[in-house]
Amino acid sequence: MDGCFVIEREAAPVSERPTSPHRKGSGVEGAVAAVAPMRLARRVVDKDRESVLDEFEDLIVAIARKRDRAAFRALFDHFAPRLKTFFMRGGLDPAAAEEIVQETMVKVWRKADQFDPAKAKASTWIFSIGRNLRVDFLRKEKRPQPDFNDPMFVPDPEPDGFEVLSVAQEADLVREAFDALPPDQKAVMTLAFYEEKPHSEIASELGLPLGTVKSRIRLAFQRIRSGLGESV
Amino acid sequence: MSIDHHPSEERLLDYVSGGLGESWSLAVATHLALCPKCRNTVARLEAMGGGMMDAAEPATLADNSFDALWARLESEEDEADSMPAIAGHAGKIDLPEPLRSYVGGSVDALPWQNMGLGVRQLLIPTADQSTARLLCVAAGRPVPEHTHRGEEVTLVLQGAFRDSTGIYAAGDFQEADETVLHQPHAEKDRDCICLAVTDAPLKFRNLAFRLVQPFIGI
Repeated sequence: MDGCFVIEREAAPVSERPTSPHRKGSGVEGAVAAVAPMRLARRVVDKDRESVLDEFEDLIVAIARKRDRAAFRALFDHFAPRLKTFFMRGGLDPAAAEEIVQETMVKVWRKADQFDPAKAKASTWIFSIGRNLRVDFLRKEKRPQPDFNDPMFVPDPEPDGFEVLSVAQEADLVREAFDALPPDQKAVMTLAFYEEKPHSEIASELGLPLGTVKSRIRLAFQRIRSGLGESV
Repeated sequence: MSIDHHPSEERLLDYVSGGLGESWSLAVATHLALCPKCRNTVARLEAMGGGMMDAAEPATLADNSFDALWARLESEEDEADSMPAIAGHAGKIDLPEPLRSYVGGSVDALPWQNMGLGVRQLLIPTADQSTARLLCVAAGRPVPEHTHRGEEVTLVLQGAFRDSTGIYAAGDFQEADETVLHQPHAEKDRDCICLAVTDAPLKFRNLAFRLVQPFIGI
């Protein structure tokens, strides 16, 4: 990617966010067909311009600062129905999916002050909260995570000043690269996220040798790196 | 800290998707605390997961879903989750989080179990079926040559070890399975402390060690 330019996302109002026609299906074909394209409108702008914060990030910040009920309602209206679909595609029944959605949104409200728009998009942050709650719900296990405040935590190196993408820009490029994956690679990645199964179980589910699944994952990673303009 | 050996991409994917069991996630998460490069990969995968969730067709929620949630938040208001206090261990901090919270102290103060042959271990309680343990191998001593009935990952925390596949120092993450026969040696200058996770007992080549294995629980 040319270092002089950044890609800025055009934030659409909540009601105009693109969704795909719902397609029912089971197994790999269904899972892949059910993934709506994540490609978003974008335009190339001069790097000197600040890119606008996505409105969902603003909503979480408003919740943290002002305990803003309207902001929380808007966030809920967008994400709760999508979280429910996401959990149901992973095999949860509607009642269980709804329960985890509620727990996720409780955490969004309570942990809003821990959200850092410089580190993650709203959808990324909410996904990670929901994922942890699903692990707890399904397996009664904790999901250990690093602690940024730990004295032994090794911080990120200073950026070198070249081609630094914002979190939102990078996320958009990752999603575009994902949309463009060949179907066999996309199927494996999609099943991993939806069904929360280790890749070894996905291999048996698809009737594929473990090595085939591993190489599809690695090829997908290569494409994502190359979508971010990195050498693969 | 220069880290040369990282978790495989498929293991990072399992960590991000939530499919990885607690013991293995503990090893990956503790590596992540030390490795900005893998944290970057994990952040991208989480962005991908967030994108999949965000692109999902909205489901119909239960009636009054938001009102029920709001009533609950109001009744529990100000029980806001506070940041977890950093565990105030009396001893020095020489293990990174999240591992430190699991073992609860500094290396010197842990209730190590002496297994002979220069090896000490500490089993770490986790909720999955796999086994997580801290291993301390005395400087210059070998871990008995073994293969694995299943998978093993090893995260070096202090010191270093060397085997036929290379040298592993603090922060390095080794993955091995039944195809790998290795005899790690701790480097001579310092005891080597590792977090090791296995899904099945190790298989030792040496008959004498195999005979005592049931009694020492490795």
